[in-house]
Amino acid sequence: MSQLLQFTIDTLSLGSLYALMALGLVIVYGILRLVNFAYGELIMVAGYTLYLLSASPVPWLFMAFTAVLMSIFAGIATERVAFRPVREKSVTAVLITSFAFSTLLQNAALLFISPRARVVPLPDVFSQTVEIAGAVVPLRNILTILCAVLLLAGFALLLKKTVLGIALRAAASQFRMARMLGVPANLVISVAFAISGFFAGIVAIFWLGRIGSVLPGIGLGPLLVAFIATVIGGMRSLLGAVVGGYLLAFIDVSLAHLLPSNLLQFRDAFTFTLVIFILLWRPDGLVRGPATGQRT
Amino acid sequence: MTSATRSSVIGTLVILTVPVVLALVISEALGIRVVDRIATIFCINLVLVLGLQVFMGNSGILSFAHVGFMGIGAYASAVLSMPLQMKGMALPELYPIVKAIEISPYLGMVVGGLVAAGVAAAVSYPLMRLSDAAAVITSFALLVVLHTIMVHWHQMTNGPRTLFGVQSATTLYIAAGVAILMIFIALIFRESRTGILLRAARDDEVAAGAIGTNISNMRWRGFVLSAFMAGIGGALWAHFITSFSPNAFYLKETFVILGMLVIGGAGTVSGAVLGAFVVTAAFELLRLIENSINLSGVLPTQLVGLTEIALACAMIGILIVRPSGIISAREVAFPDALRRYLPGTHFTRPKQSRSADEGGTQ
Repeated sequence: MSQLLQFTIDTLSLGSLYALMALGLVIVYGILRLVNFAYGELIMVAGYTLYLLSASPVPWLFMAFTAVLMSIFAGIATERVAFRPVREKSVTAVLITSFAFSTLLQNAALLFISPRARVVPLPDVFSQTVEIAGAVVPLRNILTILCAVLLLAGFALLLKKTVLGIALRAAASQFRMARMLGVPANLVISVAFAISGFFAGIVAIFWLGRIGSVLPGIGLGPLLVAFIATVIGGMRSLLGAVVGGYLLAFIDVSLAHLLPSNLLQFRDAFTFTLVIFILLWRPDGLVRGPATGQRT
Repeated sequence: MTSATRSSVIGTLVILTVPVVLALVISEALGIRVVDRIATIFCINLVLVLGLQVFMGNSGILSFAHVGFMGIGAYASAVLSMPLQMKGMALPELYPIVKAIEISPYLGMVVGGLVAAGVAAAVSYPLMRLSDAAAVITSFALLVVLHTIMVHWHQMTNGPRTLFGVQSATTLYIAAGVAILMIFIALIFRESRTGILLRAARDDEVAAGAIGTNISNMRWRGFVLSAFMAGIGGALWAHFITSFSPNAFYLKETFVILGMLVIGGAGTVSGAVLGAFVVTAAFELLRLIENSINLSGVLPTQLVGLTEIALACAMIGILIVRPSGIISAREVAFPDALRRYLPGTHFTRPKQSRSADEGGTQ
């Protein structure tokens, strides 16, 4: 019983993180039909902000707030540098500029900070554990789940009830038509990137809470996770991204329990092969998004 | 191929061999090790970039998996050509069958290319149905799968650790020879039936399908050829560098190769050659500066990543100004190139222009 509870909480907390990662990626993809390869670097930016602030006397919550803010800022910067100038020219060009921007940020961290891992400050809450019905659970896992539920609910509300949300959804389903009806394209895209950065910042806090340190290549893991989750769930559907995130966490945690250790190291190869198969079987993912028109 | 295309291909080939020959001549004339090294690296990079161009330029689909095939070629050739007595030390867990084989590194390079092509042929056919973002993500996934296998298949690759004791066989002459051969192959492929249909599908998938093009099949052929060239490039690289780890075949290398192609222009073989030439020169120069600054100890900390930052900025800059690279749609051609430099003549090309080429794919 306690093992089952442990398994459930592990899956849910990892799934919450994965879902947030995927959501951050898919909010941009949904509108622009373009993959943002620099997404992982937003997480890195938040991580280094925490590290740089670790020497200052400000309370941790303020550091975390600044980190998320920086991540949002980096998201908007990505749009300005890598997307806006080439958006209307060529799909391949945008994919490459975002890849280039990702390399740029990574190497900037390498150059200006350090190639080695840096410890980030974390509050005590992150290292405490609680015991629920015989299962010892790190408190941060519970926090991750709670935070994700709150954010997902808030985000759903934003999308359903506010003008901004309606504009975002309109842009995601028929970008050109939405523009004709007076939705300002650049603003909506910037907002999408800001939201993407916001999710990346939140993910960074909890992701770093798990690993404890930040290094220039830290973004790759979350980027890959977000890729897999969105592909499994559906590239064009926000709900799909969330479903994909939880499903991927379920697969990951199950594989970690089930696979013998000599095969466990190939887990990435297994999951990515799964991605290829899912894309072949259902190129739109498991949850189909709204019908779409052309990009731009 | 008509005789007109044939003569223009030959003209282009002659012009495109100039940078390779130039690198060779300069290196011979100076006789400095560093120059020789850079010239060889240029030729190897050229092989890799051309391999990527064959698929990406003609099909218009961005592929990340290319460097994975480079890795396959590198490991296949390195392991097969390793001297028997070295194998016990470098790869203690190697399978007995492979342990008994020792082939010449030159044969190994061909085998490396064939192995890469074989793997590509086996895994890629279903992937060729996808285009746009789905195709990019699957190729990215393929790169991750290949990398994960390279990192963990320690019997063959020594795991994440460096593989030592690879035979040194790649000289500047061999690299230059292979590079010229690859330029030839890339040019021929571009003008072949498959290449033309592939480009037709890139410019208009529906129209190309309507005239009966089997798009997946054409893409598959391009992909396999591209993997073959990548495999040979990887093998050349392996026998040049002689010790390497799987991390050499991942995102960093992908970025460099992709950068060369994009800056030069993915749509043309000329662009690939130009990109490889310019970027290799700039990259190695920057790296020299970076290293000498680090060695001299002027700065309190080590400089790392400056070269990549410069390349990234150049890539973004080029793509903003010219989204399809410096040489975007038309190969350099012999008579034009000469006539263009004559004073006072504005030579206009009589052939119909392919304007769809300019805008990339949609």
